[in-house]
Amino acid sequence: MLARRYMYRLIALAILLGFAAFFFVPIMWLILAPTKTDYQLVHESPFAFGSFGTFAHTFNRVINYQGQLLLVWLKNSAIYSVGGTALALVAAIPAGYGLALTQFIGRRTLLGITLVVMIMPATALVLPLFLEASAVHLLGTVWAVILPFAFFPFGVYLAYIYFSSTIPKDLLAAARIDGAREWGVFRHVALPLARPIVALIAFFAFVADWNNYYLPFVMTYTNSQYPVTIGLQILIGSAPVFSPTASGYAASEIYRPDLAMATLIAIMPVLIIFLFAQRTLVQGMLAGATKE
Amino acid sequence: MTIPSATVAPGERMSVRLGRRAAGDRGRAPAGSSRTAGYVFVSFYVVLLLALGVAPAIYAIALALSTPGGVGFAHFVDTFNFFEFAPAFEHVFEFEGIWLVSQTFFVVTLALMVHTLARRVSTAFRFIFYLPGAMAGAASAIVWLFMFTPSGSPFAFILNAFHYQVLSNTVAPGNLPIIFAIMAFFTGAGGWIVIMYGALNNIPQELIEAAEIDGSNAFQTALRIKLPLIRKWIVYMLVLSFAAGSQLFVEPQILGVATNGQVPAQWSPNQLAYYLAFQLDRFNDAAAVSVDLLVIGLIVAALLVWRGKLFEVD
Repeated sequence: MLARRYMYRLIALAILLGFAAFFFVPIMWLILAPTKTDYQLVHESPFAFGSFGTFAHTFNRVINYQGQLLLVWLKNSAIYSVGGTALALVAAIPAGYGLALTQFIGRRTLLGITLVVMIMPATALVLPLFLEASAVHLLGTVWAVILPFAFFPFGVYLAYIYFSSTIPKDLLAAARIDGAREWGVFRHVALPLARPIVALIAFFAFVADWNNYYLPFVMTYTNSQYPVTIGLQILIGSAPVFSPTASGYAASEIYRPDLAMATLIAIMPVLIIFLFAQRTLVQGMLAGATKE
Repeated sequence: MTIPSATVAPGERMSVRLGRRAAGDRGRAPAGSSRTAGYVFVSFYVVLLLALGVAPAIYAIALALSTPGGVGFAHFVDTFNFFEFAPAFEHVFEFEGIWLVSQTFFVVTLALMVHTLARRVSTAFRFIFYLPGAMAGAASAIVWLFMFTPSGSPFAFILNAFHYQVLSNTVAPGNLPIIFAIMAFFTGAGGWIVIMYGALNNIPQELIEAAEIDGSNAFQTALRIKLPLIRKWIVYMLVLSFAAGSQLFVEPQILGVATNGQVPAQWSPNQLAYYLAFQLDRFNDAAAVSVDLLVIGLIVAALLVWRGKLFEVD
């Protein structure tokens, strides 16, 4: 009996380790790849370490590619993501509060619509949004990307849940009895207590915006406007190893370690947030599944 | 592909009460002032909802329905008969079939296994599973491009077993649904494992102990006690993943660029819509495909909200 139990545990652990390898090996590879030359990358063990010198050299090549194009893409990603996240917060926090703690005609309908648009994948609206942006002459401006990012119903839902379950009702009632107007209650009582939910919504919005590909793919059309997700695709297109026809810029050829380096740089902001906000995040994600 | 909304499950504390009663039992201000304040609080969000959610949807429907002769379904019929239309939807449904079945099986199995571990060990596993979520989209597509290239890939031993010598062997048309399923699983599964783990933690300890006293082993407890109790999260995961998967775009797009067009630019319906709009200048047809996709997303979302009993609606 005991032997069988150990057997079960051992099998479970082996399976878990196998999957851990599946999830971790590509990340490990990505970190090691820029330390190697293109030749080493193909001919040496995938887990071999090249040298710090090669890593620095690759870094410089990638950063200086076509007049520091990568930095332009990163800057654009930052503008779109930070702008979109900030606006999403400005819209979601009061809306969540209003839906949770005030009463008005249409509240129930608004909640229902919010849930539906939250579940519906945002990509379904990208082409229609393009047509709309074109109609109102927003194409080619940062707003064509930032405004769609600002519409973040999932943030409204999170704020709604937070305000309806976390803010003590007595506290709000007391503030109201003291004569505070609704806006004052929100501003001086609810908002200071909302810091955790602001962080959580900001995280989800920022990660979604930073990694978004399809919306900026449709809305932007020059190098000076592309975010880094589109930039990565352009780099693949200029890597002769993947696109043999892409030898237009002989001086600025992209090799495999360069691609890995660019990818690593591109995911760095989100990766750092994942590493440092891990505890908050997991708690936030568990908010739905655990009891207080 | 991983949408953030896919990473938070509605639990008991998160249940949404859509009824009027919900706000009624809270100490609220006199109806008049509170009502006005309510409108003020939601105003900016409602503007965004109307301008960026409702308006584009209506605009797309109007475009899709407007024909030279007035209003009709000509664009829907045209796109339906377009030779790339059926394959695009077939591709995506095949991808979804493989992805949803394997994701459901592995996410549930791994969550159940992680749940039997000591807390510290389980935290480490959950973190490793979750980490690839940071590279959802273009970054993961590029990394997997290398993983699927037999020379230099850490998974070369598997590719060699299939006698794949170069990337174009791996990304043969028949393999594409599996390839995109692997990419989607890589970035999305971890978030769901974390959620399932949370749901498992929600099961009262007494229930599990009672089963063990009755002689149930770990496997039986997992199958008969734990699994039925996390069923609603499994349904939630399935539905959300199906909706997100139907919108596949970035992965086939990147693979198409990397293989010099071996993955056609109309592989998925979303790519087809893009192709119709920007390569063929057939915006009305593109709008029709967008509306098809929108309807799939809407039906799924509405079913989940109003029929799925996941959100408490009264």
